[in-house]
This record gives sequence, C-alpha cells and structure tokens, in this order.
Amino acid sequence: MITAGVDIGSVGSKATVMVDGELYSYAVMRTGGVSEDTAIKVTMWALDGTGIDTGKLNYVVGTGYGRVNVPFAKKTITEIACHARGAHYIYGPTVRTVLDIGGQDCKAIRCDDKGKVLSFLMNDKCAAGTGRGLEVFADLISVPIAELGKVSLSVDQEPPPVSNTCVIFAKAESLALLRQGWPKERVAAAYHAAMADRIVDLLTRVGIEKDFVITGGVAKNMGIVQRLERILKIEALEPKMDPILAGALGAGLFAKALYEKEQGLR
Amino acid sequence: MITAGVDVGAKFAKVVIFKDGQVVARAKALVGFDVLKSAIEVFEAALKDAGLSRSDIGRVVATGMGRNAVVQKPPINAEEAVSEVVADAAGAFQAVPTVKTVIDVGAEEGRGVKVEGGKVRDFVINERCAAGAGTFVEAMARALEVNVEEMGPLSLKSANVIPMNAQCCVFAESEVVSLIHSKISKEDIAKAIHDAIAGRISSMILRVGVEKDVVLIGGCALNPGFKPPLEKELHTNIIVPEFPEYVSALGAAVIAANPAR
Repeated sequence: MITAGVDIGSVGSKATVMVDGELYSYAVMRTGGVSEDTAIKVTMWALDGTGIDTGKLNYVVGTGYGRVNVPFAKKTITEIACHARGAHYIYGPTVRTVLDIGGQDCKAIRCDDKGKVLSFLMNDKCAAGTGRGLEVFADLISVPIAELGKVSLSVDQEPPPVSNTCVIFAKAESLALLRQGWPKERVAAAYHAAMADRIVDLLTRVGIEKDFVITGGVAKNMGIVQRLERILKIEALEPKMDPILAGALGAGLFAKALYEKEQGLR
Repeated sequence: MITAGVDVGAKFAKVVIFKDGQVVARAKALVGFDVLKSAIEVFEAALKDAGLSRSDIGRVVATGMGRNAVVQKPPINAEEAVSEVVADAAGAFQAVPTVKTVIDVGAEEGRGVKVEGGKVRDFVINERCAAGAGTFVEAMARALEVNVEEMGPLSLKSANVIPMNAQCCVFAESEVVSLIHSKISKEDIAKAIHDAIAGRISSMILRVGVEKDVVLIGGCALNPGFKPPLEKELHTNIIVPEFPEYVSALGAAVIAANPAR
C-alpha cells in the first residue's frame, strides 16, 4: 500500500511517500506564492526516482496551513493531529509532549502513547516565538538562518533577553543594542533567550510531561533547543530523522489508516 | 504662570508652551539616539518660537515613554513626570471640554482613556504589539512602497472591503505582498490596512467602553484614513482636535499650570 502526506506550511512544504506505513521517500521545499503549484511540485519531487507515479498512490492526505490547496488529497487533517502522529512515528510511543515550531506558528501538543492529541495550545497570531521571527533576526544581523542558532550559542555569557515581545519592537531594540556596540552573537543570544522564554510560557500552560520532543523547522535551531532544555530542565529526545517531516509523516500515516478503513481492511 | 509640557514619545518629542490657558508655541522633532538631546532641541525650538527663555517658564512637566530622561536634567529641568494616560486625559479635556473617551494612537502604543473632568477614570493600553500602533501603518507602507503620509488619502479612494487575516505586523507584511501579487489595487490594500488597525484599536477601546464625546489624538490622528473605519467600528462620531499629536504635551503643560490639582 502506497500513501502520501503533503504538509503545506506557511514557509516550507514537505511531502512523504510511505509504503505500508514506513517512510519510503520525501521532499522539502520552500512554499511558493501559489500553494497548489507547490503541493504538486513537492509531491512530484518526493516521487522522483522512486518509479511510483501519482496514479499508484492509494491515498493522499493534506495538512498544514495550505492543506485545502493539495489537489490530489482525498482528505485534509489538521497539522496538530498530524504533528502528534508524526512525532509518535519519529520518536516512538513514549512521547507525551510535542512542541512544533514552524514558520508562522508554534504549537504545544499533549498526546497519548498512540500519538493521539489530548490537548494543545497554539500561537498563530504573533510572529514572536515562530520561525518567521528568527528570519527577521537572521536578516538583521546578516547571518544565514541555518547558522543563527549556532551563532547565538557562541557567547561566553548569556546576555539578558530582549525585553520587547513584538518582533517589530524587538528588532528596533536589537538595532539599538548593535549600535551600542554589542557583537551580533550577543544580540542573537538575547533574542533567542527571549524567544525561548516565550515558548516556555506556552509549554507550561499546556503542561509538559516526558518524553518531550521538538518538531518543525525550528527544531534544527540548536540555540532555541538548548535554551529550552536549560529552562525546562528536561532534555528533548534526539530525532532519528528530519523533524521538519513530522506533519507530512503524520499525514501519510493517517492516509494509510483511512485507506484501510475505506477498503474494509480494518 | 507660563508652563511647558514635554512629551517624549517613541518616535517624536513634542513640546507645548502654555500661558494663561492658551498655547503660545509648539514644536516637535524625531527622537534620535540621544533622547535627552532630542528633547532639548525641541524644547529650545519651542522657547525660541514663543520668544521666551527657560527662566520665563514657571513649571515644566514631562510625559511620554522617554519622560524620565528629562526630569531634573538641565536645561529643561522638568519638575515632574506624569504618565501618558494622565497627560492624555488632561490634554484632551483642555482641547475638547466635553470629552469622555480618549483614543491615543502613537507610534508604538495605543491607549484608551475614560475621562471625567480631565481626570482618568479607567484606561487600557497596548504597548506590546506593533499591530495596534502607528508602526503598523508604517511597516505596511513600506511593503506597499508608498510614503506613510500617502497611506490615509490612498485608503479613502477605496470603498472595497478586503479582509486581512494576519494580526501580526510581521505576518501582515507578507500578506500585503501576496495581495499585491493577486493584483489587488494599492487603494484597496491601503483601505484593508486601515480597517485592520481600526478593528484592533476598537476592540481594545471597547474594553473600557465608549462614551461620547470620543476624541482621537496622537500622531495617527493625523492620518485621515484612520478616523472613518474607527468611527464605523465604534458606531460613534469621533472628534479630532487641531494638532492632535500635541495633546499629550498640552496635558503635561496644563498639569504644570495646576500643581495643586
């Protein structure tokens, strides 16, 4: 049985191709201006070289911010459910708290040993605490986004966090710090510290229970991950595969379950 | 007695010189890196305009987010600092004696103040999110590639309602870019931007309640595109006094004139 999960995020789009519920191939790309085109492109790319064409896909589930724009998806499922399910697949059944930090939102999800969502809290209104906020800072100090976390960890001593919540105000505050002669590493550290504090608020409100894992693009930013671990005094499990795929993996797994149900297999 | 009010805002410093119940001079300038220096320059410009010197001024009261920079610091030597909310109430009451609700939208803050006889009865502030302040319109003007001064007049040319989904300034910038790509006209986008900020300001104001007369002050009151959607949202007429951006400084000057208040 071949299923696919297509996760159209606000910044990144991911597609997984799964054979009997195991990851077979995947693709990740930047979400373009037209979500529908991106959905087609990312799926084709995931299929590229596998010898599987779209006609052979038994079931496709769309998820993410642009999930309604996945043309060949039979069903759409929220990214909350997909991330919990995908985290269960990546990290195993001991996962109880999933933190997903994406391009334009941040979700703290509690789940059970089946990867089923028990409760969640989400910030999708404000750029503070999302990948987009980090991009604004990467731009400000001219550091590639992929290196920003590492740069923020290269300080001898942790500076006080940036005091403004709003990204726009925090950017102005950081600009003033740069003008005062702060090195960019220190400014990056101050912003990462503020962002970590904000995410901890969200996690604390939903309640954090072991095992704790982080998914989404920002899971690759060590500056955020290590600060979260330090504040929460809890270690996040090491991912066995790219944590950015969690949503698309969850969608691919839901596709399998839906297909089985449709075929009367369970 | 001649008094002065100094309002050191997030973006502009404003000074009002007040004599026998009348404004005799006003001046404003952008606040630079050195807050005190910027305030002194504006203060001296106002004195020069009034043909006065510091020794002619009986009392000086400071307000605004940078107010503490000028208290007891020569040559301004403000005797006292009062919060923006207190200054808003006193200034709006001086400008419009029938005022009951003040809406003050500055560069980085939005405030709603319930007023009774020039005194604060209740208030609400947004100082955390740029989406409810002038910065929002500025950021959107950048995304739209028009001068911020043109935003209001541009918005008034449109009668269409284009919903903006993004609350956050950062997300709204991306949304404006995608609206441009969808070939929505600049006029319609400018209107959508003003509708969006008016929506946010009014939901904040409704938390203290709206009671007539409603007076709109602060730098954003200079934007002609801001009042109509706000009036629509709040279902009331709004009065914009002359020189709305000076009302807080005026309030500080009025307070300076009544030390025993």
